[in-house]
Amino acid sequence: MLSLNELWFILVSVLFVGFFFLEGFDFGVGIVSRFLGKSDQERRILINTIGPYWDANEVWLITAGGAMFAAFPEWYATLFSGFYIPFVVLLLALIARGVAFEFRGKMDHGIWKKTWDAAIFIGSLLPPFLFGVVFANLIRGVPIDSHKEMIGSVFDLLNGYALAGGVAVVLLCILHGLVFITLRTNGVLRDRARKAARDIGPAVAAVLLIFAVMTYFSTDIYTVHGAQWIALPVLAGAALVLAGLFIKKKRDGWAFAMTGAVIILSVVSMFIGLFPRVMVSSISPDFHLTIYNAASGAYSLKVMTYISLTILPFVLGYQIWSYYVFRKRIDDKEHLEY
Amino acid sequence: MDQVILARIQFASTTLFHYIFVPMTIGLAFLIAILETLYVVKGKEIYKQTAKFWSKLFLINFAVGVVTGILQEFQFGMNWSNYSRFVGDVFGPSLAIEGLLAFFMESTFIGLWVFGWDRLSKRVHLACIWLVSIGTVLSAFWILTANSFMHAPVGYVFQNGRAEMSDFFAIITNPQLWLQFPHTLFAAFATGAFFMAGVSAWKLLKRQNLEMFKKSFHVSIMVAMISALLVAIIGHQQGQHLLASQPMKMAAAEALWNTSEDPAPFTLYANIDTVKKENSSEIKIPYMLSILSFNKFSGSLDGMNQIQVQYEQKYGPGDYIPSVKMTFWSFRTMVIAGGLMCLLGIYGIVLARTRKLEQRPWFLKLMVGAIAFPFLANSAGWLMAEMGRQPWVVFGVMRTEDAISPTVSAGELLFSIIAFTSIYAILAIIDACLFVKVIRKDAEQEEVEDSISHDPFDKEEAHALAK
Ligand code: HDD
Ligand code: HEM
Ligand code: HEM
Repeated sequence: MLSLNELWFILVSVLFVGFFFLEGFDFGVGIVSRFLGKSDQERRILINTIGPYWDANEVWLITAGGAMFAAFPEWYATLFSGFYIPFVVLLLALIARGVAFEFRGKMDHGIWKKTWDAAIFIGSLLPPFLFGVVFANLIRGVPIDSHKEMIGSVFDLLNGYALAGGVAVVLLCILHGLVFITLRTNGVLRDRARKAARDIGPAVAAVLLIFAVMTYFSTDIYTVHGAQWIALPVLAGAALVLAGLFIKKKRDGWAFAMTGAVIILSVVSMFIGLFPRVMVSSISPDFHLTIYNAASGAYSLKVMTYISLTILPFVLGYQIWSYYVFRKRIDDKEHLEY
Repeated sequence: MDQVILARIQFASTTLFHYIFVPMTIGLAFLIAILETLYVVKGKEIYKQTAKFWSKLFLINFAVGVVTGILQEFQFGMNWSNYSRFVGDVFGPSLAIEGLLAFFMESTFIGLWVFGWDRLSKRVHLACIWLVSIGTVLSAFWILTANSFMHAPVGYVFQNGRAEMSDFFAIITNPQLWLQFPHTLFAAFATGAFFMAGVSAWKLLKRQNLEMFKKSFHVSIMVAMISALLVAIIGHQQGQHLLASQPMKMAAAEALWNTSEDPAPFTLYANIDTVKKENSSEIKIPYMLSILSFNKFSGSLDGMNQIQVQYEQKYGPGDYIPSVKMTFWSFRTMVIAGGLMCLLGIYGIVLARTRKLEQRPWFLKLMVGAIAFPFLANSAGWLMAEMGRQPWVVFGVMRTEDAISPTVSAGELLFSIIAFTSIYAILAIIDACLFVKVIRKDAEQEEVEDSISHDPFDKEEAHALAK
């Protein structure tokens, strides 16, 4: 039987997978709209492709944070106080990005729009990069002492491996975002997005491959539970290749499913590799935070389980419905809110 | 400056900032839902236009509410890691449920509502705004579940060196919660309603879109009056509850150093000396405090010095007296603002009913100014509730100074305070400018602009015309 600690590890992982899959494409759209949209009207269309979604997508992160706090308070406490500066920057970026969507269309003025376009760009670029850095460090190991406190400075976090992780996540989001645009737009914009996706595809593949190899040497996540788990990153690689093929064949839906699969498989393989740890201590294996020593009490976990499993199906239901409502491609005849 | 002070400044400033937008969101969502319901039921286009006008302001406000909220969610782990470790077991679940139950609902249905005017049927579209409104209320409920645990911890046991949840039901039926939640909720409705009424009053003074803003005024003044009265009534209950649960906070709110006379007078003004622990030049209303506290003409209250002695016996040595001036004056600010809101609400209803609104420009002007009252009262209310609880972060369980993150340095804290307050200051300015801009704009004029601005881009239609 699955213990509650294991179940909650799975639920937190699912929330992060959902976050990276969903917010992944809207970070991507935020980054590329600057280059893909040649006129203000085109940029508006691009931003409106994620209009109805981005806030709900971000809630996956908020809920992941909440679930972590509830089920593994020590993980929540160590992670956020330990990676203090990266999270400050991340929050600043998310703040700027969130208001930029809403503010950008509210005044028709060159500098005004340029400013918010820049905020959308930076606010979409920094978060995936920082998440890459944070999660790469998380699996590589950080100096956690016997009091479950993370010691050391910000600069320890900026090692080569972590930076590579940041770049890999950004590129993956860009690709995912481009493919999303091909799904939600028509005509020139769709063609341009497809072409861009084809052009950067090989570079994304190369960086991801390098990062996967680095991961093999810098961490133990592929092999802690036996060599068979290498299958996950290999499958992710295969999905990436397929994504390339589908983009070429203009099968946008399939291409999107494949870039999504790359994200899902990568995040899943990371969490499986982490299990049963939640944070790896580089000081001593005795100081790892695990799903047992970081968890809430059995009673809390039980209450939370009943409540979450009741609510989750509704959440999934209405979110899927909202994607269904806005399934049509958008163009400039549409009312553009942003 | 030490970490505790810095972390407190950061929490206070970011939370108070978040709480400028929160009550507006809760209040306006509810009011817009009412307006759209009127549209669907009565089928008059004017209600739709009215709902759309307010929704512009609502969305600008909502965006800032959302982004400042994200920061709140992670701030506990970042600045208060010891707190998170110690009470996460009890405190975390409320935040998780809030995300799962409320934030998903708010954010998904607001997307559907904003982008769905042409995609959804009237009724489904209406259901979306009601779900947003319900989402905001649920969100308030769950965060206040967490917050009321800090004021009146229940449903937990000390175990494994921390507080662990032992009774979830006790946590959601916390008497503190069932006062705080309605007080805060109706305060939020009042905030939205006074805003809508104030802006409508301004528009009526300018004689723009009379029909639209008369309708808005009628709806909002009703909500404003009912909410203001309920807030005051529940606030009164809260005061009485505090006497039993946190007597020190109440004594500080009354600047009562020593046990009061019987019957106790209410201190309207006092020059407080926190070093000598005494007041001078007090202005008092006899009997009033006894009436407020016990609903009768007699009864005395313990003073801070006496409670200090009791607390020392119970919790060990320490200074248990919070910032008296802050607690005293913020309580008065809230109560005075609340009283004025009640009066304005009642008079406004009378004028609206007797259709004399436009003959009383001085009243309309007052209503414009009154937009500030609920905001003042909200901030003052939180300041009183939170500062009056000090030195505790969880009353009787954990002290604020023990709650911070030991690994976060003063330098890092200073950096983040400067970063967050700067970005918030910029947001505040821009937000205010956008508000003024949207309000200034003549709504009729805009309808026309909207429809024109669509056509030039509409290449296909132009083609069709050319053919
Ligand atoms: C009484 C109500 C209330 C109070 C005391 C707070 N909030 Fe809040 N919060 C809301 C009521 C609310 C809301 C009405 O639901 C908001 C405002 C704007 C919005 O979009 O939702 C919101 C937004 C909001 C969001 C963004 C949600 C989204 O992306 O849609 C987060 C993460 C938080 N809040 C978290 C917090 C935390 C951790 C608080 C405690 C320190 C807090 N809020 C105090
Ligand atoms: C519903 C959630 C909460 C709300 C709405 C809230 C609201 C507020 C407000 C408005 C203030 C400003 C008052 C002041 O300056 O003292 C404040 C202060 C503070 N709050 Fe809370 N609070 C909440 C939860 C928390 C939590 C979870 C902590 C945990 C660590 C906390 C710790 C503090 C501290 C340390 C201060 C500073 C006190 C001071 O400066 O005197 N609060 N809070
Ligand atoms: C008119 C008389 C009012 C009275 C007697 C009153 C009473 C109180 C009391 C005693 C508290 C502290 C509760 C605690 O610490 O547990 C409080 C808190 C608060 N008040 Fe009021 N209040 C009044 C009006 C208002 C108004 C008009 C608003 C805003 C529109 C408001 C907003 C708040 C808020 C946001 C809090 C903090 C949350 C809470 O603790 O409930 N109050 N009020």
